[in-house]
Amino acid sequence: MTDARAGWLGQSIERVEDAALLTGRGRFIDDLAVRPGTLHAAILRSPHAHAIIKTIDADAARAAPGVAAVLTGAEVTAHSSSLPVGLRANVKCWPIAVDRVRYAGEPVAVIVAADRYQAEDALELIEVDYDPLPAVVDPSESIAGHAPRLHETLESNVVSDRSFRYGDPEQAFESAMHRIAVDVRYPRNACTPIETYGVIAEYDPGENAYDVTSNFMGPFTLHAVMARALNVPGNRLRLRTAPDSGGSFGVKQGVFPYIVLMSLAARMANAPVKWIEDRLEHLAASISATNRVTRLEAAVESDGRITALNYDQIEDVGAHIRAPEPATLYRMQGNMTGAYAIPNVAIRNRIVLTNKTPTGLNRGFGGPQVYFALERLMQRIAVELKLDPLDVIRRNLVPAGAFPYRTASGGLLDSGDYKAALDCAVRKGGLTELQSRRDKARAQGRLYGIGMTAVVEPSISNMGYITAVLTPEERQKAGPKNGAQATATVAVDPSGSITAHVSSAPQGQGHRTVAAQVVANVLGLRPSDIRVVAETDTARDPWSIASGNYSSRFAGAVAGALHLAAKQLRDKLARTAATRLNVKPEDIAFAEGQVMARGNPDNAVAFGRLAATSHWSPGLVPEGGEALRETVFWTPPQLEAPGDGDETNSSLCHGFIFDFCGVEIDPVSGALRIDKYVTMHDCGTVLHPGLVAGQVTGGFAHALGAAIYEEFAYAPDGAFLSGTFADYLVPTAMEVPEPVILHFSTPSPFTPLGAKGVGEGNCMSTPVCIANAVADALGVANVKLPLTPAAIADLLEARGTSS
Amino acid sequence: MKPAPFDYLRATTRAEVHEALDAEGGDAAVMAGGQTLIPLLSMRMARPTVLIDIMHVGELGGISVSDGAIRVGASVRQAALLDWPELATHQPLLAITMPWIGHAQTRSRGTVCGSAALADPSAEIPLTMVTLGGEIELSSSKGTRRVAAEDFFTGLMSTAREDDELIEAVHIPCSAAGTGHAFHEFARRHGDFAIVACAAVADTQGTRLGVGGLGDRAYACDVGTLEGSALDDALTEFANSLDARDDLSASAGYRRTLMRKLGRQTIEEARRCRA
Repeated sequence: MTDARAGWLGQSIERVEDAALLTGRGRFIDDLAVRPGTLHAAILRSPHAHAIIKTIDADAARAAPGVAAVLTGAEVTAHSSSLPVGLRANVKCWPIAVDRVRYAGEPVAVIVAADRYQAEDALELIEVDYDPLPAVVDPSESIAGHAPRLHETLESNVVSDRSFRYGDPEQAFESAMHRIAVDVRYPRNACTPIETYGVIAEYDPGENAYDVTSNFMGPFTLHAVMARALNVPGNRLRLRTAPDSGGSFGVKQGVFPYIVLMSLAARMANAPVKWIEDRLEHLAASISATNRVTRLEAAVESDGRITALNYDQIEDVGAHIRAPEPATLYRMQGNMTGAYAIPNVAIRNRIVLTNKTPTGLNRGFGGPQVYFALERLMQRIAVELKLDPLDVIRRNLVPAGAFPYRTASGGLLDSGDYKAALDCAVRKGGLTELQSRRDKARAQGRLYGIGMTAVVEPSISNMGYITAVLTPEERQKAGPKNGAQATATVAVDPSGSITAHVSSAPQGQGHRTVAAQVVANVLGLRPSDIRVVAETDTARDPWSIASGNYSSRFAGAVAGALHLAAKQLRDKLARTAATRLNVKPEDIAFAEGQVMARGNPDNAVAFGRLAATSHWSPGLVPEGGEALRETVFWTPPQLEAPGDGDETNSSLCHGFIFDFCGVEIDPVSGALRIDKYVTMHDCGTVLHPGLVAGQVTGGFAHALGAAIYEEFAYAPDGAFLSGTFADYLVPTAMEVPEPVILHFSTPSPFTPLGAKGVGEGNCMSTPVCIANAVADALGVANVKLPLTPAAIADLLEARGTSS
Repeated sequence: MKPAPFDYLRATTRAEVHEALDAEGGDAAVMAGGQTLIPLLSMRMARPTVLIDIMHVGELGGISVSDGAIRVGASVRQAALLDWPELATHQPLLAITMPWIGHAQTRSRGTVCGSAALADPSAEIPLTMVTLGGEIELSSSKGTRRVAAEDFFTGLMSTAREDDELIEAVHIPCSAAGTGHAFHEFARRHGDFAIVACAAVADTQGTRLGVGGLGDRAYACDVGTLEGSALDDALTEFANSLDARDDLSASAGYRRTLMRKLGRQTIEEARRCRA
């Protein structure tokens, strides 16, 4: 690992992606050429949140100009199987409504026509006779006995009720000096990428095989789900990613049911079918992050040290328990104690269905929901025990020498020095100065508050974490699931130049740039010498179920695998060089485009020339030294399957974040102004500082949206109220202040380059940091997101106007 | 999000526009900047049989001053009026309110008359016109007429324009010497629709306050020279008279409270401005 810190790594080189993206040359799915005869799909969607479909009359639509085919639930159930769900439940999940609609926006019929205009014209000719049913949108109500049941085959809307016990929480609560609790709700939101879903699907009846291009970004576990639904073995579903994708943030995981739907449409229409989702569809029916109701109680000593936590979580996954749920809940299973050394934990997780959009991956993925509860609790402990909130955090942090640290619920925190990082942030970020700013403001009668939060950001998911929802007995029967395989290939062409491939589908993060740095670093070349392909074609490329971009796995796992592949190639080239230069392979060095004898740079050969030897003169290559293409499948050993006590190491790497902020509230309007926001990140080895700053800033912007502006709102009857961007308010550049970004680094011992993920952290820390600041400003115990001016005005009124 | 089928007429004369309006009436839609109409078409919330594009009718352009008012023709874009060098001289209130209309990008396409035609309850141009007492000039194959702003804006997105009429221009009174102006708007984000917008004009006789965002259209009231608690009472009475709405952004109660506070700030600022 020592060579990882040298050379190109850690430099903010210009991104290779940008020249094309900034001049309109991106190749997004809608830009791709399609075969002549490709038809276009439009989807008729349910206007009701919950209703029986009595009849669908599509005769007029079928006869409309340009229409080639119409699909409804009948056709879909006839030619496919239910999408497998993540837990054992007697319920089916289809990509279209079958007999019943369960959320506003659920697909009811698909029209395939010559163009999208005609397809939408034909949609209006479909007559659906609905019998509306009462709907339920609040998870607490859905749990109650009298709530309308969404699926007849299930006994209730609670599809899972699992409890976990780690250590001895009962004993800790019994002997605790204090018991302090919070009841919180985390609202629904999603990251709304600027480019929506896109699918181009083809069916070959001769081979009974599907060929699909989409801006899907993984995880490729869903490939198995899609293939099973389409009733084909995996090798008859070729899935290809588009070269460019306009943002995903996890959301484009949710295109998979539409891939199934459009594949069936192509089959029925006997022609390739293209579908580009529009914004109205995306807001209502792509995915949403889960909303969650949590009661979190702590057993606390008088000095603020927590000895036990008791979580009661009610997770709302929407109308269907659709894959990969309940991943949002279980992704954090190993991290329920956050940054703190708390040995006793009890958890009750109930997963409930409501008449809302089915949920899925969204930046932060389970972290925002957990940390909102945990970090609100930390502030409440300080307030109720009259302690300094910073001291309460510090006192509970995992101590420096304890890493790798095993959390109570089985997570393995790879590296960190939390106290030192916190102290660094306090010092460099100016917490003391901010506190005196607060004091001055308050002396003037202004409403000013400070919030702070410590967060452990997990990255590189253990594909087995989801099996924590099963009991140990069920896991035994199903067989172990674990790991996080990353795949990378480095290849040499006849001119001696290098191409790298990663099983990745980036959406603007700059992966091709970092990949070029990583490979150039190993081979002694410049990043511009390396061409990187970051697209996945399941028929041609090496891939695994873990392939894709999610859980911030690129820097740690994918770049790490690439580093190993480059090293393998280098070692083989070294053997050929050794023969040629008449030295030992260990004495070969790669630098500045040359391959040379260490200590005698004149004894050298140009890299390109040497590299091409395996093509042009394979006879000169010593046995085992054929260096044409090296593929590495890397899987870290720490990601074991959950144990018999449900201990789950849900992620490989753990970054540390400490944030604090000062906010002021306008008493006239209730508007929130962020005076200063400091965010300190330890993400291990930094491969490209500019990209890291970009990730932090982007996460911060998304989190600001979640904290202050965004909520997917539903009426009590399930009507979807956030149908356009005029209702769902995404912060613009004018609303997002510049955060002060600080760094700390404890490299991970578990990844080849020591890098950890960094993309999701602020989604976990910023909402609760701001909430804590508002609670501090107003002196209130309960704050609900989003903190709209009207919501804050209500808080102001409730507490009276005296400060 | 593709529109339902429609015909498109690119008119080059006023007569062509009148002819099409006579023929199609309520099934036609006049398009100027299209900043609201095109999204409505795409979402199929508007389905005109014919779209009459008036932006190529030369006679409908121009900004001029006559009879103590600024006349803004139908095809004048918001950005063009904002860029007009004499705007701040002739009507400072317009110069203050217009930068709050949407975003620079939408102002470069949207028109002043188009905003009057749309009659959004929180829009700045209707609010300015109701506060200042402007007029809307309408034409049809039958002739022309003028309607006072107070009578033109009849309700939520509704105006006194008949189906066969074209908005020719809006007339906005020039400000008199010694008049103070102020404007405050509260919105969730930069460029968003106002939750509450307050415009005030103060002269020797008294102060007039216009409010947008609190009812189905902009409303104005005269507070004379009231001050202190008498002013607060007048503002409370005014706020309570308005049929404020509950929506995702804010409750009616919140809007009223904000209007009373913001209205007062705006009035006081306009009065200070007079000096």
